[in-house]
Amino acid sequence: MAVDNISFQVERGEFFGFLGPNAAGKTTTIRMLTGVIKPDEGTASILSYDILREGLRTKQLMGIVPEMANAYVDLSAWNNLMLVGELYGVPKLQRQERASRLLKEFELYERRKHLVRGFSRGMKQKLLLCMALVNEPQILFLDEPTSGLDVGSQRLMRDMIRELNRNGITIFLTTHNMEEANQLCDRIAIINHGKIAAIDNPEKLRLRSSGLQSIEVSFDKAVSIEELSKIRGVNEAKKTGDKIRLYVDETSDVLNKLIDFARLKRLEIVSLNTLAPTLEDVFLKLVKES
Amino acid sequence: MATFSMESNLYLEQFKRSIAIAKKNIRIYYSKGPVVIFGIITPFFLFLSFYIGRNMPAETLVPGLVGMTAFFTATSVGPAIVPWEARAKTLERLISSPISIWTIFLGDVLSSFLFGAVVSIFPVIFGVLIGVKIASPLILGFGIVLATFCFASFSILLSAYPPTDSPASVMMLSSMVKFPLVFISGIFIPIEDLPAWGRTVSLISPLTYFTDLARYSIQGRSFYPFELDFILLVAFAVIFLVVAIKIHERTMQKRL
Repeated sequence: MAVDNISFQVERGEFFGFLGPNAAGKTTTIRMLTGVIKPDEGTASILSYDILREGLRTKQLMGIVPEMANAYVDLSAWNNLMLVGELYGVPKLQRQERASRLLKEFELYERRKHLVRGFSRGMKQKLLLCMALVNEPQILFLDEPTSGLDVGSQRLMRDMIRELNRNGITIFLTTHNMEEANQLCDRIAIINHGKIAAIDNPEKLRLRSSGLQSIEVSFDKAVSIEELSKIRGVNEAKKTGDKIRLYVDETSDVLNKLIDFARLKRLEIVSLNTLAPTLEDVFLKLVKES
Repeated sequence: MATFSMESNLYLEQFKRSIAIAKKNIRIYYSKGPVVIFGIITPFFLFLSFYIGRNMPAETLVPGLVGMTAFFTATSVGPAIVPWEARAKTLERLISSPISIWTIFLGDVLSSFLFGAVVSIFPVIFGVLIGVKIASPLILGFGIVLATFCFASFSILLSAYPPTDSPASVMMLSSMVKFPLVFISGIFIPIEDLPAWGRTVSLISPLTYFTDLARYSIQGRSFYPFELDFILLVAFAVIFLVVAIKIHERTMQKRL
C-alpha cells in the first residue's frame, strides 16, 4: 500500500511541503489529489470541491508540474502552451497573451518555435511550470520540481516558485530535499511508508526533536569513535569529514566530559561547536521512528 | 432548463477540448511523412498485387482500393497513440487536465477520422483518372465519412486491451486483426463470389459494408441494400466507440 490513511489540511495561500524518502508515498498522494489515480477509499477536497465527485471542476483550478517531464517533445514550446490552454478552456486571445508573457518571464520566448525535444532539462522544467500557469491556477502542485537541475537552475526555479506563492497561489510541493523545504515552506508534512510522521512548520519541527543536539569536535590526532561514544551522555558518535559529531541529550554536561577526555588522552582540541538539529536530522529521526 | 443549459455547455466545452486533442495528434502523429506514405502505399501495393495479372475491370477493383485505403489509414496510428502517450508520460498530463476520458478518446477518433477521410479521396481521384465513373458521388462521400469514423473508433478499440505502454506490441496485435479482416470483407473477391462460409464470416467485418457501399456508389449495384450498409456502419461505429471507451476507462489506471 503506497499511502495509508493520511489526513492533512492546507490553508489557502500556504506554501506546503510534503517531505519523504524515495517511495514514501509523496507522488502517490499528489497523483490522487490531482485526479490521476483514484484512491481505494477516503475523500479529499480542494478549494471546497470533492476531487472524486467534482473532478473536472477541481482540475480546472489546479496547475501541475509532474515529477516526470511530460511536455510533448514533438511539439514546440508555443504549441505545448496552446494545447494546455485549450485543454483548460482558456480563450484564444488570453492563452496567446499568457503564453507570450510566461515564456518571456521564464526566458524561453526566443525558443518558443523550437521543438521541446531539443530543450535542456532546466528548460523543460521551466516550460512545465509555464504550462502549469497558463490557466492561472489557484493551487499549484509541484512534484520534485528541482530534481535533476543544476545548482543555478534550482535557485532560479525556487525563486520563481516563491514569487508565485507571494502572488497568492497555494503551493503544494513534494521534495526529498530538506534544505529546499526549509527555505520555501510555511509548513511541512513528513511522510514515510505511506503514513504521515509529523506536520508542523520547519522551526517547530526542529525544536521539538529531543536527542538531536550535537557537538562537533576535531582533535589534532586520530581518535577512536568507539571511545568517544562511551562518554556518558553521548547517544551516538559519527565521523563527518575530519570532524566527529556527537549526538547528545544535554550539551553542557557532555562538553565538560569531552574536555576531560581530551586531557586524559593528551589530545588537543582543534575546533569545538555545539549544533542545533538540522531539518535533515529531524527528518531522519522521524523516518527512523515511523 | 438551467441544468440542461449547463450540461449542454459542459458537453460543448468538452467537445472543443476533443478538437484540441485531435489537433495535437495531427501535429505529432499524422503530419509525419512516413505515416502519410504508409497510409497510401500499403493499400495501393496490396491492391496492385491482386490487380496485376487478373482480368478484372477497374470498376470492380476501385471500390476495394477505396475500402482498403479508408480502413488502413483510419486505423494506422490510432491504436498506438495511447501506448505512446503512456510511455512518454503525456497521458498523465491529459488525465490530470479538466477533461473526461471520453474527451481524450473522441479527440483520438477525430484525428484518425480526418486522416482517413482525407487520404481516402486519393484512390477515388485515381479511379476517376483511369476512367472509372462514379455513379453516386454523394453516397460515396457520405460512405467515406461514415466508414472512416467507424474505422477510427475501431482503432481505439484495438489499443484498449491489454493496457500496455508498448506501441510495437499494439501495432503487431492490430495487424493480426486488420489483415484477416481485409481478406474476408469482399475487397479482392466481391461478396457474391465468396463461398457460403466466406459470406457468413464477412458479416462480422464493418469493412464488408463499406466495400459494398463503395461498389453501389461506383458500379450502381451492391450485395446488400445500401441503406442497410449505412445502418450497419453507424451501428458498428457506436458499438466500437462505446465498448472501446468503457474498456479504456477500466484499464486506464493500469497505464499510469
